[in-house]
Formats: sequence, structure tokens, C-alpha cells
Amino acid sequence: MKSSLLVFTLLLGGAAWADGNTNLAPAVSNTKWKTECSDCHMAYPPALLPERSWRKMMAGLGSHFGQDASLDAATAKEITSFLAGNSAERAGGKRAKKVLGSLGPNEAPQRISETAWFVREHDEVAPQVWKRAKIGSPANCNACHQGAGQGNYSENQIRIPR
Amino acid sequence: MTRFTFLIAGLFACSAVQAAPEDLLQSYAVQAKQENSQFQAFSAARGEQLYHAKRAHSSGKSLSCASCHTGNPKSAGRHEKTGKEILPLAPVTNRDRLADGAKVEKWFKRNGQDVLERACSAQEKGDFVSYLLSIK
Repeated sequence: MKSSLLVFTLLLGGAAWADGNTNLAPAVSNTKWKTECSDCHMAYPPALLPERSWRKMMAGLGSHFGQDASLDAATAKEITSFLAGNSAERAGGKRAKKVLGSLGPNEAPQRISETAWFVREHDEVAPQVWKRAKIGSPANCNACHQGAGQGNYSENQIRIPR
Repeated sequence: MTRFTFLIAGLFACSAVQAAPEDLLQSYAVQAKQENSQFQAFSAARGEQLYHAKRAHSSGKSLSCASCHTGNPKSAGRHEKTGKEILPLAPVTNRDRLADGAKVEKWFKRNGQDVLERACSAQEKGDFVSYLLSIK
């Protein structure tokens, strides 16, 4: 009995671990999203912020974290609907649910790294590690997550540069 | 008349989508003349000055085009905030530069706000493009 319970717990743990590693790339990509966003930074997974965050961001591109990232109306509209359609509410998957669960109903964070989920996931990373030359800031996912560009954030793809 | 209008509209659409640098310069020259009747010609030397000119930004930083694009437009730059690599501006080392008129306009608008906190004039754009084209 005890050993079967242990096996069950291990299986459950394994399943949770596997689900935690599901790919974060949107099911169907969008060329404009990919090219426009990654002009200045990697195109972050839409599943890691709620729709309200993306809408707020896309409405304020004239001053995007202090810089002008404005787009023509047609491009902005296409990217906004892509982000909304693949946001944490729509993407499904354990991580998207955890992101949503970590936010208040009206909270619309503009940085993925500001969500309680992100902070919890990275609580073992010391502040001075973020500042290393090859990392710079939490915005630079692919500094440590080798597969971030392909949506792969699994534990075995992490290599923290010295 | 209608056919003529279509022809002009078609030419304009083509040049907006995939403008060779020379077409771009030509349209900036037309605008520059509209903005200033004294306008004569673009100057690569003025463009070079504009590229390097440091300006006190309201954020307290001292900024120029060279802040991100480096002192040499033939070199790859780095985004001031994100650290992402920016491919060289000079067409001699990056053939894709100045090939897409809409893209050139997009970045003049954005970076004008980022550095000068205003739109670039047509003369400034033409000088800047002339400078980039003069680099061998």
C-alpha cells in the first residue's frame, strides 16, 4: 500500500514536471508579432501575460518602456489580436494558469517579470546574477533559457552564464 | 485622367513598399523643398554631424544616433535598454539597409522621438541617408 502510494506520488510528480515543461511557443505563430517585437527584444510568449496586459501595452506603444515603438494601425491591430488570442486566458497549460492565478482580477502587469508567478519561479536567482554582463536583466530570457527562442523553457535547457 | 491617376498612385505605392535609396532621397527632396523653399541639396557632411551630435535628453541622458549605432555605422550596434544587437546601418556592410522605404520611415519616426524628442525634418532624413550612402 505504502509503496503503491509512493509510486502514485512519483507518477503525479512526474506528470506535473512534464506539464511544467510544455512548450510556450504559440500554437500558430504570427510573422508580424515575431518580426516587430524582436526588432528590439525577443518576442515574449503571449501566454505569460493576460489579455488586459497586452491590450494596455499595444495601446501605449508611443512610449513603450520610455521608447517610441509605434506601429502603423494595421500592424498594431493584427499583433494585438494575435496577443489577445494567445494570452494566458486562451493559451491553456499549467504555466498560463499559474500566471493568471498569481494576479489580481484587474492587475495588468506590463512586465512578465513583475508577475508573482515569475518572481516565485526565479526566487533562487540572486540579485547580482541578473546583473552579470551576459544576462543584464530579467528581460533577457535567452541568456539562461537556451531554448527560449523556440518557446522551450524546460529546466534542462537552463545554463546560467558566469 | 483616371488612368493617369492610377499610374501615379501605382508608382507611389511601389516606391513606398520597396524604395531604392535613390527614390527615398528623391521623395525627401520634394518634402524638403515644401518644408523650406530655400532648400538646395542634401549633404553627407551634415548627415554625419547629425549622426554624432550629442543631445541632452529630458531623461537626463546624453544621447546621439551613435549611442546605439556606435561611432561607426559600419559596425553592429547594441540596443541601449535591451542590449540586443543592432545590425550595421551602412548599406556597404548591410545590404538590407535603406532597401525598404516603410521601414526607414518607421525608424526615423521612432528614433527621432527617442533621441531628438521630435520628428526629423525631411532635410535631416535626406542628409542622414546621404551620409550612410557615402560610406565606402
